[in-house]
Amino acid sequence: MNPYDESVTGIVFRVIAYVLLAPLAGGLLAGLDRKVSAWMQGRVGPPVVQPFYDVAKLFSKEKIAVNRFQNFFVFLFFLFMIFTGSLFFAGASILIVVFVLVLASLFFVLAGFSVNSPYSHIGAERELIQMMAYDPAIIILAIGFYVVTGSFNVGSIYQASREGHLILYLPGVFAAYLYVLTIKFRKSPFDLSVSHHAHQEIVRGLTTEFSGPHLALIEMAHWYENILLLGLIYLFFAFNPLIGVGVSLLAYFAEVFVDNAFARVKWQVMFASTWVFTIMAGVSNLIIIHYVLRR
Amino acid sequence: MQALNIMVFLILFPLVLAVASLVVRQLSVRRIFAAPANALIAGGSILLLLMSGGEPVFFRVESSIVEHFIMAAEIGMGLLVTYLGLNSKRYFIVLLGAVMTAMTIVFEFIFPPAHAVHHLFIDRFSVIMALLIGILGTLIINYAVGYMAEYHEHHKEVKDRRRFFGFLMYLFLSSMFGLVFSNSLKWMFFFWEITTLCSFFLIGYRNDRESQDSAFRALWMNVLGGIAFSAGVAYLSLSTGIVDLDRMIHAGTPDVMIPAVLLAFAGLVKSAQMPFSTWLTGAMVAPTPVSALLHSSTMVKAGVYLLLKVSPVLNGSPAGICITSIGAITFLFTSFIAVSQSDSKRVLAYSTISTLALIVMCAGVGTANAAWSALLLIIFHAVAKSLLFLCVGVVDYKLDSRDIEDMDFLIVKMPKVAAMMNIGIAGMFLAPFGMVISKAVTLKALVDIHPLLGVALAFGGGAVTFFYTKWMGKTLMVTPAVENKEGAISVWEWVTLVGLAFLTIAVCISFPWISSGLVDPYIASVYGASPTLEKSTLILIVVIMTSLLVIFPIGVMYNSRRRDYRLVGPYLSGVNVDETSFAGAMGRTLHPDTRNYYLARWFGEPILLQGGLLCAGFFIIIMIGVVLL
Repeated sequence: MNPYDESVTGIVFRVIAYVLLAPLAGGLLAGLDRKVSAWMQGRVGPPVVQPFYDVAKLFSKEKIAVNRFQNFFVFLFFLFMIFTGSLFFAGASILIVVFVLVLASLFFVLAGFSVNSPYSHIGAERELIQMMAYDPAIIILAIGFYVVTGSFNVGSIYQASREGHLILYLPGVFAAYLYVLTIKFRKSPFDLSVSHHAHQEIVRGLTTEFSGPHLALIEMAHWYENILLLGLIYLFFAFNPLIGVGVSLLAYFAEVFVDNAFARVKWQVMFASTWVFTIMAGVSNLIIIHYVLRR
Repeated sequence: MQALNIMVFLILFPLVLAVASLVVRQLSVRRIFAAPANALIAGGSILLLLMSGGEPVFFRVESSIVEHFIMAAEIGMGLLVTYLGLNSKRYFIVLLGAVMTAMTIVFEFIFPPAHAVHHLFIDRFSVIMALLIGILGTLIINYAVGYMAEYHEHHKEVKDRRRFFGFLMYLFLSSMFGLVFSNSLKWMFFFWEITTLCSFFLIGYRNDRESQDSAFRALWMNVLGGIAFSAGVAYLSLSTGIVDLDRMIHAGTPDVMIPAVLLAFAGLVKSAQMPFSTWLTGAMVAPTPVSALLHSSTMVKAGVYLLLKVSPVLNGSPAGICITSIGAITFLFTSFIAVSQSDSKRVLAYSTISTLALIVMCAGVGTANAAWSALLLIIFHAVAKSLLFLCVGVVDYKLDSRDIEDMDFLIVKMPKVAAMMNIGIAGMFLAPFGMVISKAVTLKALVDIHPLLGVALAFGGGAVTFFYTKWMGKTLMVTPAVENKEGAISVWEWVTLVGLAFLTIAVCISFPWISSGLVDPYIASVYGASPTLEKSTLILIVVIMTSLLVIFPIGVMYNSRRRDYRLVGPYLSGVNVDETSFAGAMGRTLHPDTRNYYLARWFGEPILLQGGLLCAGFFIIIMIGVVLL
């Protein structure tokens, strides 16, 4: 079967597959993440399916809230994260995907603001700084795909990538994307707003006031998001599915390694270094490829 | 002919209202007539939409009286500027005023100009502009009726010159209509100068030191632009014998390059691009309806209107590249500066300049795609920005502050205003509102020319998301037991705010029709082919918007009715005393207070403003130099 089918059935099939399978894959990745981290630290670690146990347990907890609206924002975050991923796997314009991703992340930030706890507030502000830090790299990724393939459509980019080796044209853009993935996966040294470790200097940051089923939704939204982000990596390597999946997994576990090898930095370092690296690797790559392809 | 009648009505009727506001002394009488008169103007602009077809139509007005009147008025305006300069001992203004007068006299008497073939015209672009002026402009005046009463209660020291204010506002609308209907560049210049003078008097309404300085800054910059405009028309007339806008664009001779660049210069000044951005940020001292008017449908939009009109001439030329560069620099620097601002009006001002810079970039590029997205940006920006300014105006007097740091808990203090303010902010940068969709198209149009232009959009866009979201976050913070302060808002203000909030959503949902009915025909008539968004994207926008419109009310209702959760106080790093304070060390009760980040180290205004002005000034010099030499 052609994995990229332009027909309505093809699109519906892929969207359903994403909605059903992404949390499974994302949860398993999170479990493996903990296993590998434990191995790096010389511990045994929890079973691979532990994240599912955690989420299931969160759903059975009492609902506690600081105000009436915070959980509505979380719900919207969850909903629009699934929607973003579905758009991506349906093959929509990558720019629209990015813009809806911003909308989803924004609901998360607003949830943090609405609870009026100082820790949450600082977490939300940091999340915003993170968004400003990684946003250019992701737009540049989209521009890079467009310059090489002539289309913003995920479907067309995928087709072009199956025939050519996108990674050979866009190594710098890819590197810039890997750099911001540390922010997006919430890994140290850039896990400023929310850390997946038990505690950080601002308590639980943005998620301080979220508990029970809504914390579970936040967790699952991240699983959906992670699969979407790995999907973007796959786009660079679609010429060979094995290599594509392999590199995506490799990238994820490279981030896990970085997470264990570095201490959290200040937001100033995170922000400045991300923009500098995006310019040095991504922007320069764009300009070079623009002139190369014109020749 | 019917279209012509409506056009003349739209120019003359606000003029009548302007004079009426000046002579009618009774406030109550002025109030009674304001609403129906405004409705007539708005209705007129909608009628114009229905009456005019897709093709541009030109009209000839045979009247030497009008020509003589315009000439006399231009000389009069030149003398007025000279007088204003003399009166306030600002000799640079005197010089500019003298040059302005002398140029008109020399141009009219010593080198009599060519005569226009068609004086007025109507195409889809002028219909779009007329709709914005007619609907948004009158809504803003409507709001001003309620607002100005409050303004004078708050500012007892300011002399009540509301009749003069009304005169200026309606004169402004009249001249804006004239500007977008003029095909004769001489006529357009006449209206152009009226808008300059109107904005001068409106900015200086408070009549203290600060507003005088700002008003004169706006005056000298725009008069300088006006002189370039006038020089452009003179050169065009002497070298080619053309004074018609359409004939100039289709002339196809290299002679039109110099006038096109001079007109573009005037457009850059009026649309407050760097290095002329400071007049618009200074204009904040004016009463809020003035800011709303200057920023949304008039003044700055006149600048980009002219730029887009001459853009086909500049396409691909070095001057076009310079204009694109100025736009890119302005976009980047002003988006960054806005990050470090906490005064909401200043944030809005910088955001206006950065959006205009996007339009200017498109105008400099001059392709069909770029022009298409520029037109959409004009529409979406005008609606959302006027809503935002007017929300800030209301908040300003209820909280006695327009600082974003004082807007925490706005959703509890003023729920309806906060909701509308958030619609406005979302309209400025968030999917699925039109601005973000136009930005996507703009990005494509710019990357087609050079990827670096897209990079400017990527970095500036990140900053835009940052400064708007932290503002949203502030207003959406929730705390129990805060007094509701919405009671004293007048019905004038409510009507306008609700109307604009509705319009912001409506222009988004009707996006496919606005595109196919108004924008596409214009682009097709100028560039031959019109770009279209992919159908799937269009459907997506409407789907997301509608689902948000459904989910939001349901969600808010569900969450406020159904209480299947236990309400607790937030964690404040100690034992909570109540929901906003906690027992700190030594048994003291502490109130935590939160503030936003402004990143002044990187995005501070002083250094970035200087850098931007210098870079953009550099390109202005190149732009002029490359055509003249």
